[in-house]
Amino acid sequence: MKAILSALAVTVTGLLAGLLGLLVRKGAAFVTVDFLLGLPARAGQSGGILPVLVSTGLLVGGALLLALPLGAGTALYLQEYARPGRLVEGLRALTEALAGVPSIIFGLFGFSLFVIRLGWGWSLASGSATLALMLLPTVIRTTEEALAAVPRELREGAAALGATRWEAIRRVVLKSAASGVLTGAVLALGRALGETAAVLLTAGSDLGMPTSPLSPGRTMAVHLYILATEGLSEGRAYATALVLVAAVLAVNLAANLLMARGQRP
Amino acid sequence: MQSVLQACALAAGAAVLLIAAFVVAEGRPALGAVFGPVWDPEAGAFGVLPMLAGSLAVTAGALALAVPAGIGMALFLTEVAPPALGTAVRPLLQALAGVPSVVYGFVGLTLLVPAIRRGLGGPGFSALAGALVLAVMVLPTIAAVGEDALRALPPTFREGALALGATPWQAVRRVLLPAARSGLVTAVVLGLGRALGETMAVLMVTGNVAAAPRSPLDPVRTLTGNIAMEMGYAVGQHRAALFATGALLLALVMLVNAAARRASR
Repeated sequence: MKAILSALAVTVTGLLAGLLGLLVRKGAAFVTVDFLLGLPARAGQSGGILPVLVSTGLLVGGALLLALPLGAGTALYLQEYARPGRLVEGLRALTEALAGVPSIIFGLFGFSLFVIRLGWGWSLASGSATLALMLLPTVIRTTEEALAAVPRELREGAAALGATRWEAIRRVVLKSAASGVLTGAVLALGRALGETAAVLLTAGSDLGMPTSPLSPGRTMAVHLYILATEGLSEGRAYATALVLVAAVLAVNLAANLLMARGQRP
Repeated sequence: MQSVLQACALAAGAAVLLIAAFVVAEGRPALGAVFGPVWDPEAGAFGVLPMLAGSLAVTAGALALAVPAGIGMALFLTEVAPPALGTAVRPLLQALAGVPSVVYGFVGLTLLVPAIRRGLGGPGFSALAGALVLAVMVLPTIAAVGEDALRALPPTFREGALALGATPWQAVRRVLLPAARSGLVTAVVLGLGRALGETMAVLMVTGNVAAAPRSPLDPVRTLTGNIAMEMGYAVGQHRAALFATGALLLALVMLVNAAARRASR
């Protein structure tokens, strides 16, 4: 049994190594400064991906800007203010259900509400708003965990010194939970970077440089999808995949380091 | 401050209800038509039963591979690997889970599809390709949740079995796996939910022919793929049918997730 399970573990970890090796082998040669900072030409067959990087940054940044306050506020309410009961149980069940919704469904919703009804069109704003909803469960869960790990004595100490509840939360509890909250933000960032289906339906796939929140934009993930399925340039598709995976893994590594730091007493 | 935070929490809780309401409302005009055997938008036929069959076939194939491999990985981490090796392997599994689905789809498209075409015949774009790519994607989920389930068992279970003269394999098969059953079922059902909802990777390798597959080498279209393929240009009843496809998918995934919650209790 030991041999079989070990062979399995070698295979599975080999998959990751093989995948990364493949992306590096086929894509690294194309990842140059000109590629990262150049404008695309001929629908992405040549030239660089600067507008794609800018669109990705704006779309993901906008999503975090929306999801963090809403998610952290929700977590603060559930952990610090709400009394246990039906309301809290109901809200937990609903945010858990939100976590299970497939990304294409978020895309449909964002298309229906933001793109059509609110008239934002295929735009960074529509994409960010849609993505923010997808990220909410991650932000809520990690923030709740971070808040739950703050020792009660800190809250009691602050109260004993005459702080109001909100002062205690703002000055003491949040400070102590900061690394946990940040971890949640970084995990959400990693997920947002790779999201494709929902973004394709709400932000479109325009390859131009975005000029306003209502500009359409093409993220790295969508760019990779289009390069690959339309057979435009395999080399540039590998290069885009490499940049995307490197970004996601770097972000996840940062989250892991933050988590490890947060666990140290 | 409490009222602001409560408003955040209520908004976050309402999100999933709003999403479901929008998708169902937009799909309502076509809800009656989707339970038909033929999808031919130009002829006004909007039956998604072939896509339902496609989704189920690809998901079943993926689970047939990922469940034994995922639980095997969980056993490797809990029973075989020394703690130091486990600490090294776990982040690799996490990294495998973090790779964006569009990257899996891209690698599947450039390597797996041609390999299937050469080695096994058919177009290469197939239910088999979709199942293989999905298996790699859900394996980390099953391994991680399965590991938690096995770790939650008291060490006395294993020690007792070994003391009674069981071999390690007998202890695993007769004592540990049955004792961890509810957690392992949760792992499988979570993987199932993820596989059903996955869009991009499957879309890129299954060929997307809207007919029920007769063999694993036939191309298939999944419910998610149906939405992503045609949403860009659908109008009127066609668009409503895509939202109805989404409503069906959402109902399926919600049922599966409710089952997972029940199993974990």
